[in-house]
Amino acid sequence: MPKDGGIGASTKRREDIRFLTGRGVYTDDLNLHGQTFAVFCRSTVAHGKIVSIDTSATEAMPGVLAVFTGEDFKDVGGNPAGWLINSRDGTPMREPKRPVLAHGKVRHVGDAYAAVVAETYAQAKDAAEQLAADTVIDELPAIVDMKAAVADPSNRVHDEIPDNLCFDWGWIEDNRAAVDEVFKSAPHVTTLELVNNRLVPNAMEPRASIGEYFPGTGDYKLTTTSQNPHLTRLLIAAFVMGIPENKLQVVAPDVGGGFGSKIYHYGEEAVVLAAAKKLKRPVRWTAERSESFLSDAHGRDHVTKIELACEKDGTFLAFRTETLANVGAYLSNFSTATPTFLHGTLMAGPYKVPKVYVNVKTVFTNTAPVDAYRGAGRPEATFSLERVIDKMCRELGLDQFEVRRKNFITPDMYPYTTPVGLVYDTGNYHATLDKALEMTDLAGFEARAAEAKSRGKLRGLGLSTWIEACGIAPSNLVGVLGSRVGLYDAATVRVNATGNISVMTGAHSHGQGHETVFAQIVAEKLGVDANSVEIVHGDTAKIPFGMGSYGSRSLAVCGSAIDRAMGKIIAKGKKIAAHMLEAAEGDIEFKDGTFSVAGTDKAKTFGEIAFSAYVPHNYPLETLEPGLEETAFYDPGNFTYPAGAYLCEVEVDPDTGKVQVVAFHCADDFGNIMNPLIVEGQVHGGVGQGIGQALCENTSYDENGQLTSASFMDYAMPRADDVPFYNVDYSCQTPCTHNPLGVKGCGEAGAIGSPPAVVNAVIDALHRGGYDHVTHIDMPVSPARVWAAMQKH
Amino acid sequence: MYNFDFVKPATLDEAVAALGGEDAQPLSGGQTLLPSMKQRLNAPGVLISLTGIAALKGVKLEGRTLVIGAATPHAVVATEAASVYPALAALAGGIGDPAVRNRGTIGGSLANNDPSACYPAAALGSGATIVTNTREIAADDFFTGMFETALEQGEIITAVKFPVPEKAAYLKFQQPASRFALTGAYVAKYQDGVRVAITGASEGGVFRWTEAEEALNRSFTAEALNGLSLPAEGMMGDLHGTPAYRAHLCAVMTRRAVTAAG
Repeated sequence: MPKDGGIGASTKRREDIRFLTGRGVYTDDLNLHGQTFAVFCRSTVAHGKIVSIDTSATEAMPGVLAVFTGEDFKDVGGNPAGWLINSRDGTPMREPKRPVLAHGKVRHVGDAYAAVVAETYAQAKDAAEQLAADTVIDELPAIVDMKAAVADPSNRVHDEIPDNLCFDWGWIEDNRAAVDEVFKSAPHVTTLELVNNRLVPNAMEPRASIGEYFPGTGDYKLTTTSQNPHLTRLLIAAFVMGIPENKLQVVAPDVGGGFGSKIYHYGEEAVVLAAAKKLKRPVRWTAERSESFLSDAHGRDHVTKIELACEKDGTFLAFRTETLANVGAYLSNFSTATPTFLHGTLMAGPYKVPKVYVNVKTVFTNTAPVDAYRGAGRPEATFSLERVIDKMCRELGLDQFEVRRKNFITPDMYPYTTPVGLVYDTGNYHATLDKALEMTDLAGFEARAAEAKSRGKLRGLGLSTWIEACGIAPSNLVGVLGSRVGLYDAATVRVNATGNISVMTGAHSHGQGHETVFAQIVAEKLGVDANSVEIVHGDTAKIPFGMGSYGSRSLAVCGSAIDRAMGKIIAKGKKIAAHMLEAAEGDIEFKDGTFSVAGTDKAKTFGEIAFSAYVPHNYPLETLEPGLEETAFYDPGNFTYPAGAYLCEVEVDPDTGKVQVVAFHCADDFGNIMNPLIVEGQVHGGVGQGIGQALCENTSYDENGQLTSASFMDYAMPRADDVPFYNVDYSCQTPCTHNPLGVKGCGEAGAIGSPPAVVNAVIDALHRGGYDHVTHIDMPVSPARVWAAMQKH
Repeated sequence: MYNFDFVKPATLDEAVAALGGEDAQPLSGGQTLLPSMKQRLNAPGVLISLTGIAALKGVKLEGRTLVIGAATPHAVVATEAASVYPALAALAGGIGDPAVRNRGTIGGSLANNDPSACYPAAALGSGATIVTNTREIAADDFFTGMFETALEQGEIITAVKFPVPEKAAYLKFQQPASRFALTGAYVAKYQDGVRVAITGASEGGVFRWTEAEEALNRSFTAEALNGLSLPAEGMMGDLHGTPAYRAHLCAVMTRRAVTAAG
């Protein structure tokens, strides 16, 4: 039994009390003396030349304080890509400058080309409307379709990039010829062309930023919706604005969801800072929902051809993929890593496939930038693999479960080096598959299908056996692969004089539950009450330099930093205890919050040691500094490799094509579990988003580059009645071998593993209903698409 | 949203007078008008609220006719019409979400005549009479096209009279995002015949499917509709469904409505 409030306890999330009672403090909740309001002018055309912007009428309007255009920022730096990718021929990727405000050209609908700051929001809104009317933009042909973009050298998103290609990446290029050879002689090849649909993140809280400038000190402060305040500070300071890092404080207070979209630095943040300096007043901006749709970094958007070469018995010989990945109009900060090293490296799945080759061409288009979104690259890899395996099983008449078992890496093979450059440290994929099958009552499926048929419904069963690499990432490894940043994290454990504890973390919580689970870990390790532990995050003035939260890294990386800092606290506490107890340091034991001399009843409590550290009257001052505060940085030795088996059951209404997910079983291996309640919540949320991608969410640009799904009237978010009651299990645990907590990431698992399970289930249902001509339906598998697929007899 | 003036009269006469002013627009539940104003797509100078007029509210039975005040919210219809005209009550209870149902009104919905709205199907399918401050208009004459009605400038719907049928049902297939009707079928059987109204499908807005009505007059069963279909031509096509899909759904939803009506 886990200790109450300690590791393994299903402690309810302490932060939920303020979130659920409306007492959270989000960026837009802040009201500052003398504040002003910024509104952005955004392009209504996908592609156009900015001919002129006449600011004179706008500047004369009531309440208007300042007008900014791209011209005002032409001499500052661009918002950079964080990862350098080289093409197959060795040439570096094309990196067009991403300006703070569009300059010369606008490149997607929603591209901000000017900003107005006024005394009130309404005045700023009116002024922005006037400025838009006084702006002349010559519309150019929109580049929307990726295949057309690379085929037509005359029409360019960026004038200096003739084929709209950012890079043409091969992974691993040296294996290309050998993989091609396998395909030439393979007994069976299954080919599938598919689309991984573009998604709009739609965090509940839209992006918001407040810039402040303090003329007395020359300091800046940015309060913003960020998943990683230090990374945002670094990007603004070192690349865009040239503000010294130590003169810029970045605060990310309560943040209402990010899912990746709030990792990145956006131009609006630079504008509110520049405007605050100019006006010597706070400048605030909060995105409207329509702005979020048009200008947040979107996710996914791959077009892929995947081929599977195998024996007639289903033994995998090779995978080969060709992908076009849309980066949109500009390179967002991690846009080049997502379709490459977060995607290609996962293309072996949990399988002992000997040969894999991945080709990704990344394409500029006149659409919103695309970057990492919950799962980031791994959902794309998993969807391609699990769909093509499902198709192969149907083509060869093989049992889908046996084919997975035959090809799984076995527990005796770790550490296992994949042909795509990763080393899996541990896992047991047979165990999670067996568990999922037990949960789903496979033997009872035919009876369930028959009962569904009596109601006129087609029932289907879909499987996905997924793996992902998260807890990003080893800095030296990602450095070799092109990352321009390190990916460690940091924590400071400050034991206060009265014995309570403040823990400052680099990880940022925007819904994950850090304030609860980190406190549980500290309580367990230091033997204190979890309620005496406060987790502090989201403010560069308070926390050590950490890299923030994304890539399911908070627990695996920052949790490890906390663990390491606590180790230092305990080591120092032993020195203090040794002095106070007049014993040798080596004889001091620490257990359950008590320092004791081994084999005796002489002991000091944790609180006594803390008090002594700050009131050092009886203290080894000659050899030990007072105080009890330690900082640790932790750079992971490897990714963590959570894996699992997901089984989905759907019912298809053959009259309308509507798909209902009626059961969803998740058997996951996340290593050691710190808080089961939070893990379950993360899986629920991830699977919900995966079902949203699979069935509902359709980001649609028309041929003119207009986003035709730019509101919730047309963009279908999954709702409660779209998802089933989830059946989640995490009892299959192979602890991570290289982090001190033995944990793997769980935040993205659901979004990675679930979409192919849903689509496989739909295809299964249609085949069982006699529609065996349907080999694939692109996501979202909407009623209209299912019905259309059924018609093509 | 742009600035506007707001008037909330207590009587119909005051409202009619106020609507005679320049740039005035009636506001009922505001579930379409207010979002479009917030997006600056609509900018009336004066809003005349109708929800303070007691005479425009309420549900009452007069003989075999259910009379619903134009400013009655959907949630009230869902509750108060349930025993008398359950199909209509169920339709009202299925519009939007609780917030929409407690603000949105029947008069507002009919005057707006959104091609995907539910109430136009009920009115046309029931052969209702739309009562205004100046006249009575048969539903067959009221809906004149997508977002268009027979209402004159300044004319206010005051009530809607629904003859209560022997049996009826409304089945809608929801658009996945908005949950409006991607296609909805309202079927009502009266002593003098069956009426079938389809919403969400046609580029012309709500319409009667007369072939289905004739078939159902012969036999009020789902089977009677076998072989009947509507042409894709003239149907709406968008992200959520092609014209062919909508034409198909018209038949599916009509059959299901007949079955549900019993």
